[in-house]
Order: sequence, then structure tokens, then C-alpha cells
Amino acid sequence: MENVLPAAAAPAAKKSPLALMERWGWLILAVLLLVVLPLWLDVFRLTLAAKYLSLGFCAVGLVLIWGYGGILSLGQGVFFGLGSYMMAMFLKLEAASNPDSSSGTALSAFFGGEGMPDFMVWNSVEVLPWWWEPFHHVGFTIPAILLIPALSAFVFSYAVFRKRVGGVYFSIITLALSAILAIMIIGQQGYTGGVNGINDFRTFMGLDLNNDKAKHVMYFITVVTLLGVVGIGTFILRSRLGKILVAIRDREDRVRFSGYDPAMFKAFIYAVAALFSAIGGALFTIQVGLASPSLVGIVPSVEMVIYAAVGGRLSLIGAVYGSLIVGSAKTLFSENFVEYWMYFIGGLFVFVVMFLPEGLAGLLARLREGKNRRENV
Amino acid sequence: MAQMILEVEDLTVSFDGFKAVDGVNFYVEQDELRCVIGPNGAGKTTLLDMICGKTKPTSGTIKFNRRELSEMLEYQITRAGVGRKFQNPSVYEDLTVLENLEISYPRKRNVLGSLFFRRSSEIQGKIESVAHQIYLGDSLGMKAGLLSHGQKQWLEIGMLLMQDPELLLLDEPVAGMSPREREQTAVLLNAISKGRSIVVIEHDMAFVRMIAHKVTVLHQGKLLAEGTMDQVQSDERVIEVYLGH
Repeated sequence: MENVLPAAAAPAAKKSPLALMERWGWLILAVLLLVVLPLWLDVFRLTLAAKYLSLGFCAVGLVLIWGYGGILSLGQGVFFGLGSYMMAMFLKLEAASNPDSSSGTALSAFFGGEGMPDFMVWNSVEVLPWWWEPFHHVGFTIPAILLIPALSAFVFSYAVFRKRVGGVYFSIITLALSAILAIMIIGQQGYTGGVNGINDFRTFMGLDLNNDKAKHVMYFITVVTLLGVVGIGTFILRSRLGKILVAIRDREDRVRFSGYDPAMFKAFIYAVAALFSAIGGALFTIQVGLASPSLVGIVPSVEMVIYAAVGGRLSLIGAVYGSLIVGSAKTLFSENFVEYWMYFIGGLFVFVVMFLPEGLAGLLARLREGKNRRENV
Repeated sequence: MAQMILEVEDLTVSFDGFKAVDGVNFYVEQDELRCVIGPNGAGKTTLLDMICGKTKPTSGTIKFNRRELSEMLEYQITRAGVGRKFQNPSVYEDLTVLENLEISYPRKRNVLGSLFFRRSSEIQGKIESVAHQIYLGDSLGMKAGLLSHGQKQWLEIGMLLMQDPELLLLDEPVAGMSPREREQTAVLLNAISKGRSIVVIEHDMAFVRMIAHKVTVLHQGKLLAEGTMDQVQSDERVIEVYLGH
């Protein structure tokens, strides 16, 4: 694509430090995640990193929809949660059907609910609900994780965008959605595990998830998938569609008169972000061994926005760093002074919004620009 | 009678009982360059807003090439061949001049088409020729937000040219331009009016004289007079409401 750019555009592209960083940043990030972290961290810390990176999928999606599409969604936890719960349902059924697993199976068998998830037995649910049935099969589960959240996001957001509801109103609707889903999950304890969530899995398609090798494998799968997702995002942003998104963000009304249906484009990118979040949710559940309403509701959804904001909402790679940095900070804080965490993250968000509107990526760009200027003088 | 490209009949829109446009009949022929003048609040911009779909009329019909526009959405009207330039230059400031023009190219305007869009040499050539025509041939790589006010006006006209519409609606295309830029714009409009119809709203009478084939005068939402510049300027009622003071 670069070679057809007119001569006038070339120096401008070269000078933009953000573009430079996006180009080399990809390689630096790959080396950091694939080489440095696995060599440096023990298995426990590496699994923690994998956990933050799973949330990073949502942050990458937020860069697309918020940074470039101008759609601030405070409900990415919904799609993360859908992916996470669907994976948890599969893992739970696998655990329940495995007689060697200690996953409450003996108890289930005692109560006559063989092959049933333990929490259903405790909640006197006697027959597996019909919508749990297909999750016996990995051939259904994985396509479902890839399709259901994305399709629901598309249908929901297209209906809203078509009515020309946007901006802060859209944010409020998504905020409400994440609250509703969390409340529903908590309320339907017999079918969803309620406030405890779904946990206590041992294997994923026969692979024992608790040994170190499996954890390493899952970590690498997460990293490669995340880099792939960043690659897809980069491809979208560099395409004509990416330019149209920026145009919609800045002048949605004008875009209609360029002959585009903005609602369709916004719904598409929203669905892509939902897909990313769902993948992150599924990977999270495999590695952390948990699907919980506390990862669906308002607080995690807002935290994902903070990851993107800290990393830089115009930088896909920045979102990954943001997730790692804020996630690590969260762990550090909760290991030492847990009660101050909420104040810290609130303060961090205010600080970033006020002083670093383009996050760490923007800060880096500014530093580089300053250096260039000094050198040119 | 020449072929009509646009037939607006009995068009009315009221905002909370105030009739901004009131029973207007307005016809534009093919290849015509029409100027619409009138004092502030005469309903000129509202008339264009209704033709391009930005405002829905209360009653009346708008036929473009015999197709009724008033039921269509903005992007459908644009695809049917109507281009609109707004009063304040509306360009995509965070994109380059080249990207602004490329986005306006009237193909691949669906999601998948735009995702896998590749700039062919044909499109590149069209972008360069339009950029040259709007005096921005050397600024293709520049962010549109950095252009001067007058250049933004030209860029927006260029974006319309990329769309290749049959009917161009221009709202005050020379507002904020220097006398030199006004002349260049008049040359530009005369050049692009070949093979398409243009409706221009303008306050600058000297500019209207440079370009107009026919002039329509609106006043308080109603059609006051229509004819050549000379006819309109000698019309008693027009002198009274508009030109006189």
C-alpha cells in the first residue's frame, strides 16, 4: 500500500512517531511476550500475565470502537462474560462426566445427578437445562464463542445506531446491559452457578490444566491469539474501513452524505470488539479456572476502558501494555494494601484523562516529537 | 421544455408551527447552474436540507430523475446521485486530503467492500485529477484539518466531484474566501457544471453574477421571484426585501 502513496504523503508518514511505534512496537511486544516474560516469570506469575492478557483482548477491541469509532462501550464485560461462561459450561460438563475428577462428581452421583455440574445438584436442578446440552461438544462450543457474542453485539448495536442513539446514551445503555447480565447470572443460581460462578475444572479436552506444561502452552496460545487480534485490528484500521471509522467518529452526519450507512459500520466494528472480548473471556476461563459474575458487571467493564485509556486509546499495542501494567498494579496493590485499590485506579483514570489523553502511547509520541524537534534545531 | 432533473412541488416544512419553507415549487433543468438567494431566514439552507434528506418535509414532493427522495435516507439519496456541500466546510480533519477524496469515491461503500478495498491506478488517477482541479494537487498528504478555510471549501467540493453526482447542492461555497479564491472558485464551478446540474446558495451578488444561469429568490419560506440575474435585480419586490438595503 505504501508504494502508491504520493510523494507528499511519504515524509509525513515517516515523521509520525505513533506510526513508527506501531510498526516496531509489534515486534517489541512479540519479543516481550513470547521470550522475555516466559524466561523471567515463574509459572504462577506467568499465569497472572496470561490473565491480564486475556482482559487485554477487550482493551484491544475498545481501541477499535472507542479510539477510532468514537463508541465508548462500558459493557465489554458482557461479551467477555459470554465467552467466559460458554467456555466454563464446556469445561464444567467435561469435569462432571469425568469420574476421576473431584469436581463434585461423587456427590452428584450420590444424589442421582450423574454427569450434572455440582452446583446444579446443590440447587436441586434435576435435569440439565436444554441450553446446556450443546456445550458437551467442543465442536459447538468454540463456534458458539466466536459467533454468539459477535452476532448479538451486531444486532443489538445496529438497532441502537439505526435509531441514531450514540455518544453518552450508548455508553449508559451498555453500562445497564453489563449490570443486567451480572444480576441475571447471580439470580439464576441453579443454572449459572450464581455469585460463586462456575469453577473447579480440571481438564480441557483431556489436557490437564493444572500442570506447568499446560499452563505454558495456554500462555503461548493466549499470546499468539492476542498478537493475531492486534494484527486483525491493524489491518482494519489501515483499510478504507478504518478511514471511514475515523470519519464517522469525527463527523458522523457528513459521512451519510458521502453515501455510507454509519450504523452498519459502527455495528460491524462493535461486533468485532465483542468477538475479541469473547475470545479473551474463553481464554481467561481456561487459565484462571473460573467464570464469575464479578467479571461481567460494571466494575470490570469500566476497568477494561481504563486499560485502553492508560495504554492509549489510539494504539492497539498500547492497549496490551495498558492491560499488563494496570493488571500488574492491581495484583501488587491487592497483595499489599487491598483497600486502596479502587482509589488508586480511580485516581489513575482521572490522571490519564486530564494529563495523558492519548495514554502511554501518546506520551511516547510526544517525547519522540520533542527529541526530533531538538535535533532539528 | 428541457429535461428536468429536479422537481420540487408544494414543499413545506414546519418546525413547531413555524413554516421555514412554505409551498415552494422549484425546478432545475439538466446541466443548469442555479443560484438561490434571499435574506437570512428565507429558507434556502432548509430547502437544500430537504432535498438531500437531512430534514424531512412536512408535505410536498421532491422528485429527482422522477424518483421520490423524501422517503429515502441520506446515504440512499447520495447514492442516487445527489451531492451536498455544507455551509461550514465539512471535511474529515483527521484524514489526509487524499483519504478524504478516496473515501468519497462512490464504490465499495459497504462494510466488506471497504475492508478489502485496494486503491487501483484508475482511482489514484481520478484522485489526482480532482485534487489538481480543486487547486490541492500538492497537498494530497496533508491532514485536512491543517488546510486554510478556503482550501477546506475546495476540498469539500472535490469530495463531491469524486462522488460524480448528477446534482450538486452547494451551500455558500465562497464564504470566508479571499477575492482571488472567489474567482478561482467561479472558474471551478463553471468547469464542473458541464454534464451536471448545480444549485448554489450564495450571498455575494458579484459571485452570483459570475456563475448563475438563472436565479431563484426566496423570502420568508416562499418563492419570491425567478429569472435571469437582470430580471431578478429589476424586480420591485426583490429590491424591496433584499437588494434594496
